[in-house]
Amino acid sequence: MISPFEIIETIKMIQEENLDIRTITMGISLRDCCHPDAGEACRKIYDKITSLSRDLVKVGEDIEREYGIPIINKRISVTPISLAAESSDEESYLRFAQTLDKAADTAGVNFIGGFSALVHKGYTKGDGRLIRSIPEALSTTRKVCSSVNVATTKAGINMDAVREMGLMIKEAARLTADNGGLACAKLVVFSNVPEDNPFMAGAFHGIGEPECVINVGVSGPGAIKSALEKVKGADFGVVAETIKKKAFKITRMGELVAREASRRLGVPFGIVDLSLAPTPTIGDSVAHILEEMGLEKCGAHGTTAALALLNDAVKKGGTMASSYVGGLSGAFIPVSEDAGMIDAVQCGALSLEKLEAMTCVCSVGLDMIVVPGSTSAETISAIIADEIAIGVINNKTTAVRIIPAPGKEVGDVVEFGGLLGSGPVMKVSPFGSEEFIKRGGRVPAPIHSLSN
Amino acid sequence: MRAVITVIGKDRVGIIAGISTILADCNVNILDLTQTIMQDIFTMMMLVDVSKCSISFADLSDSLEGKGRDLGLSVKIQHEDIFSSMHRI
Repeated sequence: MISPFEIIETIKMIQEENLDIRTITMGISLRDCCHPDAGEACRKIYDKITSLSRDLVKVGEDIEREYGIPIINKRISVTPISLAAESSDEESYLRFAQTLDKAADTAGVNFIGGFSALVHKGYTKGDGRLIRSIPEALSTTRKVCSSVNVATTKAGINMDAVREMGLMIKEAARLTADNGGLACAKLVVFSNVPEDNPFMAGAFHGIGEPECVINVGVSGPGAIKSALEKVKGADFGVVAETIKKKAFKITRMGELVAREASRRLGVPFGIVDLSLAPTPTIGDSVAHILEEMGLEKCGAHGTTAALALLNDAVKKGGTMASSYVGGLSGAFIPVSEDAGMIDAVQCGALSLEKLEAMTCVCSVGLDMIVVPGSTSAETISAIIADEIAIGVINNKTTAVRIIPAPGKEVGDVVEFGGLLGSGPVMKVSPFGSEEFIKRGGRVPAPIHSLSN
Repeated sequence: MRAVITVIGKDRVGIIAGISTILADCNVNILDLTQTIMQDIFTMMMLVDVSKCSISFADLSDSLEGKGRDLGLSVKIQHEDIFSSMHRI
């Protein structure tokens, strides 16, 4: 029998340290749902999603019950709608977004991802229509999430798309001004986007994926912090080793749940995403892990190094625990969703510039950043360009989820509620980037992309 | 299927009797049992076989948690694999 100490350790990780399975995400291909008639395409999309996901929530709840591990979210990701909708003559893809929203309601999931386009080298007809539909789609639906990949290391950066995304983000904020620009919290701009990411808002079902797949995202910042509390003052070798061991245990749990969900649903197991995803709950913060390493506040000098160590150790521990690792896999640093990050911004310890540096060494990017509503579309595009360049040059995923909250200024706090938390408005550079963004075109792929 | 029942809380008369009565009524066999005092807290663990259980796992879980509330304790039943996958390679 497992020893009582091991049983207690597992129970403590779940009950006191907020260890959970953050999401079971079912990926569904919509490639066979294309149709010249948009109404017919939407009907096929709705029928396919609702039939494949019929048991998803129930199976998630059964596993939660039997194993005693909370599974916070059950979600769906689909083929980028730019591909599924392109055969129709529909000018706006709003109807497709509404179909996804309705399917998500029927399935009982809380988000559906894939109102997406991959435009790193340029637009097709459908890509352009999808991107221009984003503001209206996100402001009139509740559960639909959108993402646009504007760059890859192999293709370079599509600066026309970067410019247009600045405009779309501003418009999405304007249309949801009453809710602090909430639509922007459901929109991510990526470089090197992974095709099997189970986390929202960036999840979609990539074109190399099978018909249907189960991907699982684990979480557990609280468990890592708690483990580090026991090695106060120890050197970094000990710190890395402690994180690795804990990450191993967390990921084993994810692997078990993923395999069980896959078996019960009769759908192949895709990947486990080894991420540390914080929530606004106290004791579930990535910033607090960094502070536990000895920083007075997240954002102090040393934060980037601490995050680099954390991110690397999580991956090393987690990789050993799962047969298939994928998605984003690393530490997330979404400001509004992390109590420690919110606190660090409010006390002046953490700036946008420092966050940008931190994104060089962790898994995503500038995530859930609230900026003043007066920030221009060009400045937002320039923030995106900086972040995307980091991803392209370093051959990694980076992303921007930024909310120019209408009518809000530095010092204000915008409440989004639930897992999206509340975001303090952060300062952006007052100097303009208009002429830079106006150039457009494509930034060539970096020299190290020529690896063949 | 085997499951682990954990009982955590303040020691008192009738804990094992209360839990094992429910298990016997539902045809659940107790395979192993340990109890200890950890950090002043009574902790009991049972390994049980629920494959011939006469009610659903969810109902058994509800019934044990209910008994826990009556006794002022936390009682949980979880599939054994959650522990073995985390602690055994």
